[in-house]
Amino acid sequence: MTKRVVRPVTSSWVGFRTLLYKEVLRFWKVAFQTVMAPVLTALLFLLIFSHVLDRHVTVYGDIGYTTFLVPGLVMMSLLQNAFANSSSSLIQSKITGNIIFVLLPPISYRQFYTAYVTASIIRGLCVGAGVLLVSLPFVEVPLAHPEWALAFAVLGGGMLGSMGVIAGIWAEKFDQLAAFQNFLIMPLTMLSGVFYSIHSLPQVWQDVSHANPFFFMIDGFRYGFFGQSDVSPWLSLAVVTAGFVMLAALTLAMLARGYKLRN
Amino acid sequence: MSAVPAIRIEAVCKSFGSLKALAGVSLEIGQGEFFGLLGPNGAGKTTLISALAGLARADSGLIEVMGHDVVADYRNARLQLGVVPQELVFDPFFSVRELLRIQSGYFGISANDDWIDEILASLDLLGKADANMRSLSGGMKRRVLVAQALVHRPPVIVLDEPTAGVDVELRQGLWQFIRKLNQDGHTILLTTHYLEEAEALCGRIAMLKAGRIVALDTTQALLEQFAAHDLRVRVARPEVARALGGTVQAGGWVSFGFDTYADVEPLLARVRAADSGIEEIQLGEPDLERVFLEVMRRD
Repeated sequence: MTKRVVRPVTSSWVGFRTLLYKEVLRFWKVAFQTVMAPVLTALLFLLIFSHVLDRHVTVYGDIGYTTFLVPGLVMMSLLQNAFANSSSSLIQSKITGNIIFVLLPPISYRQFYTAYVTASIIRGLCVGAGVLLVSLPFVEVPLAHPEWALAFAVLGGGMLGSMGVIAGIWAEKFDQLAAFQNFLIMPLTMLSGVFYSIHSLPQVWQDVSHANPFFFMIDGFRYGFFGQSDVSPWLSLAVVTAGFVMLAALTLAMLARGYKLRN
Repeated sequence: MSAVPAIRIEAVCKSFGSLKALAGVSLEIGQGEFFGLLGPNGAGKTTLISALAGLARADSGLIEVMGHDVVADYRNARLQLGVVPQELVFDPFFSVRELLRIQSGYFGISANDDWIDEILASLDLLGKADANMRSLSGGMKRRVLVAQALVHRPPVIVLDEPTAGVDVELRQGLWQFIRKLNQDGHTILLTTHYLEEAEALCGRIAMLKAGRIVALDTTQALLEQFAAHDLRVRVARPEVARALGGTVQAGGWVSFGFDTYADVEPLLARVRAADSGIEEIQLGEPDLERVFLEVMRRD
């Protein structure tokens, strides 16, 4: 007679929670690299640009350039780090082979997606909050509509976290991931109006900027601080929400198929 | 065997481009069995295990673990299965205990420290529980992989070459531990290149070649079916012994195959009568290595 193995009680929710916890712990254990370093980089941008331009440029009438710059830098850091979190975690796990420990358990592809993207949003928010905090001693920044700022921060982090999952799954080598980051994410971020209002651009470049979804994330986020923006915050919210939904759908479809993960 | 097999594999096919890794594999492993899956490199063992564990999707066919379809009912199927991977993979961010807690959580178990301590003690890892994985030796990392596969107390355990590259002492320790798991009711599916390991541990064995099962039987039956006993004599005049049907080997040894021990005495009598000058005698037991070579040669 075969003995029966006594099985413990299990919960699907615990599986999701643990994957999220692990992904947060992964970046938090190396917070010096994953949080402090991007905060320092943003601070250097702020000090250099504000020193050079603050006395020469005002935006939206009477807002000083340094004040204008802070929300853009916060959002840029948030977006880049949200992308970095999911993409680097996945590529490292794939290359070292330990992705197997996430693929063997009964974690659904929806839970997988939600855990990785939520961890990306959390890292993005940590870095963004860090940039904002270290900026405050240098410049006073209003916060006219915090709910708008938070909405764009979460949606933007979600978009970039999803892009990170896509890139992390697609890339087979670190240089492929670096190409994704350097030739797509970085230009879209830099040309999104982080450092300028698009009204200061010639018309043709204003039109080009409207094709960049990152512009709407930055502009909507900035509206949360100043109550003013280059385009209507509702338009930005619609574009960013639609972008997030489309990227989420694409990522979920890849995960459901097991694309490059279960082959 | 119980009514529901621990593992049921039916007509499973899987191709990678033009390469047919699995060409219609069917197999049933009963609950509580210690089953060996053997085959040369590229035979399809790892692909079959990957399909079983949900790491790859079969093109066609059916795979069930404890009655749960690995695709349609993957949650329950995966809860029943613990897999020890072939590669020494680990997450460098965490300690042994953190990894085991995380792995427990992935399987939906939130408070599992008592069982984790029990596994760590059984695998002689308690002293390294708080050490980072990077600081462990290869043998210890291998034991942590076994521990990770056991955190959710799966009734079916798959060991994909668990003793590859480990020293003799650790190999013996792992054998003992795996035997104990089997005695405690776990079904074991073992793949290995060490045929003496499969012979010592497995009650039944399947041999894969080019994605097909070419032999499937109890270990004893395979030994009886494919490998004869062997009488080896070292003689002064090998050419005389060869004339009696023996195979001449180096050092003056001549080998004669036989089926039962009753054949030995008449065989020796013939060698003596031929005046070949017997100097030394050895009896060889049939072993799985010879079975394996014979099966692979035939098919």
